[in-house]
Amino acid sequence: MVNKVYNNRAWLLVLPMLALVAFSAIIPLMTVVNYSVQDVFDANTRFFTGIEWFERTLNDAGLQAALLRQFAFSFTVLAIQVPLGIGIALLMPKRGWQASAVLILITLPLLIPWNVVGSIWQIFTRGDIGLMGVGLRELGYGYNITRNPVDAWATIVLMDVWHWTPLIALLCYSGLRSIPEAYYQAARIDRASKWAVFRYIQLPKLTNVLVIGVLLRFMHSFMIYAEPFVLTGGGPGSSTTFLSQSLATMAIGQQDLGPSAAFSLIYFLIILLVCWVFYTAIMNMQKDKAERGGV
Amino acid sequence: MSLILENIDHVVGASTHIEGVSLELAPGSFNVLLGRTLAGKTTLMRLMAGLEAPTHGKVMMHGRDVTGVPVRKRNVSMVYQQFINYPTLSVFDNIASPLQLARVDKQEIRRRVHETAEMLHIEHLLDRFPLELSGGQQQRTAMGRALVKDAELILFDEPLVNLDYKLREEFRDELRELFKAKNCIAVYATTEPNEALALGGHTAVLHEGRLLQYGRTEDVYHRPRDILTAEMFSEPPINVMPGLVSGSEVSFDDTLYFPVDEVFSRLDPGAYHFGVRASHISLSRLHPTDLEVEVTVELSEISGSETFLHVRNDIFSLVLHLGGVHRFETDQRITVFLPTHKMYAFDQHGAIVHVPSHRGGR
Repeated sequence: MVNKVYNNRAWLLVLPMLALVAFSAIIPLMTVVNYSVQDVFDANTRFFTGIEWFERTLNDAGLQAALLRQFAFSFTVLAIQVPLGIGIALLMPKRGWQASAVLILITLPLLIPWNVVGSIWQIFTRGDIGLMGVGLRELGYGYNITRNPVDAWATIVLMDVWHWTPLIALLCYSGLRSIPEAYYQAARIDRASKWAVFRYIQLPKLTNVLVIGVLLRFMHSFMIYAEPFVLTGGGPGSSTTFLSQSLATMAIGQQDLGPSAAFSLIYFLIILLVCWVFYTAIMNMQKDKAERGGV
Repeated sequence: MSLILENIDHVVGASTHIEGVSLELAPGSFNVLLGRTLAGKTTLMRLMAGLEAPTHGKVMMHGRDVTGVPVRKRNVSMVYQQFINYPTLSVFDNIASPLQLARVDKQEIRRRVHETAEMLHIEHLLDRFPLELSGGQQQRTAMGRALVKDAELILFDEPLVNLDYKLREEFRDELRELFKAKNCIAVYATTEPNEALALGGHTAVLHEGRLLQYGRTEDVYHRPRDILTAEMFSEPPINVMPGLVSGSEVSFDDTLYFPVDEVFSRLDPGAYHFGVRASHISLSRLHPTDLEVEVTVELSEISGSETFLHVRNDIFSLVLHLGGVHRFETDQRITVFLPTHKMYAFDQHGAIVHVPSHRGGR
């Protein structure tokens, strides 16, 4: 028999971490949970409501529409940004001053604050003074983001693509740079086509950075708030009202603390769930590959 | 089917990588490019393959000028120092890839891949993926890709550097066997003189972008054209000692001399450089004409079961390559024996003027 000595002092070492997490995550989250199950009138008057706010949130037709819109938006921008980002990374110069110049140019949109991006595009698309607004009208297209939902949608998607495609491009660029020159030479000697080089040399190297890129971009785009808020204010009607804006209207505009707390929790869980599913799927894919020996 | 380089220069920016190289490689020949790092071996291979075009000069393949023809339009293959395979393709698909790109018939691909894999002893690994394999097996896969397509020219750019010593010997022997049956031109770059000797065939000695000498490997080894070639093609480099030839003797200074025999008496009196290989110097008298030299030990390195002994006297320093493990103290006084009948002589410009007749041993 081996006599194991249990030393419970180890728990003491966990305490600081626990305290930190409590302040940074658990306590704020519990406040929200607290509100989500009560109807609060003032500091002394409150009623326990159970899951009523959750039921109401889930059955709210406006919120359901916003959720669908949110998914549609995230998928649209991802579907555009991922291939476009890869394409840009492939076309970027590999060395010399051109490489530095292009890197700086590409990075610029990433450095602009969300609100400013919204303002830039708000002015850019104005029918009276905006370059794009006036330009499209001159070309004979009756472009108007305050009237036409399609125009508003297209503009928000375009804005997001402009703002965030560089992130994918940068990630892919760094991935591509890590491929030794000898691989390309060997492919040339094999007389491999450009497509074969991409498919069998470059893409396998990019999978890891793309997983990170897609996860980041999904979370980002799913939480989008400031840019459409400044650009369209969620309109025309509610055609560009995404989840964050619905939440803000509810919590700050209408002071519906209970329902917005329930809504916040559901919102948080959806993001967590989608990321988890996505991450697990990718990891399983890689495990399969690793078992077969690929990377 | 021969590859001819005519007066090739390759200049990149302000630096000359290859200068005035002319070389003719015969069909079916196995050629070693020997030179230190930055001697221009890889550049020369890239020029042969058509990965780059020379700045001046001509590249001819079977009498056809292919100077500007890119690699895609030639039938060459190359094996690199790194193990280069497609990571997401199985060993079979990796080896088959050049044939698939050339749209060879499926049945034929299967047959040739199996044949090549068998030759390289990796037929049991065909279903695996490159990263599941050991380094040696990965390099075998890469070689399979190079060998399967019956290229006219196969280039090996230091392919064994990343493998361990035992594997290298195995590979070298197999490579020589493999190429005996083939009619393509093989070119093999290495920094190691011993590897060149083990591979045999022909050797081209390169130094700072220039071709020093090309010929049958043993010939280049035994009859180097000048001091530089002799130094490049021996590890450790051949010992060079300045000396004088007079009517009756060869002298290194007032106290160190030996009488000229019928060989050295043919040299005109004057100053020469005498070369003796590190492995030819011994610690005991092996031949009646050996020259006895008193020296001081500077450094003794033991490498495996061999000892490299660095010694000097007032006139020159020597390196001895001794078999077995020997222990010496620094500053220890010892006597070494230089075989005068195995000495090379070079003139003041470094050109060879006397080659010892070699019988046995390196």
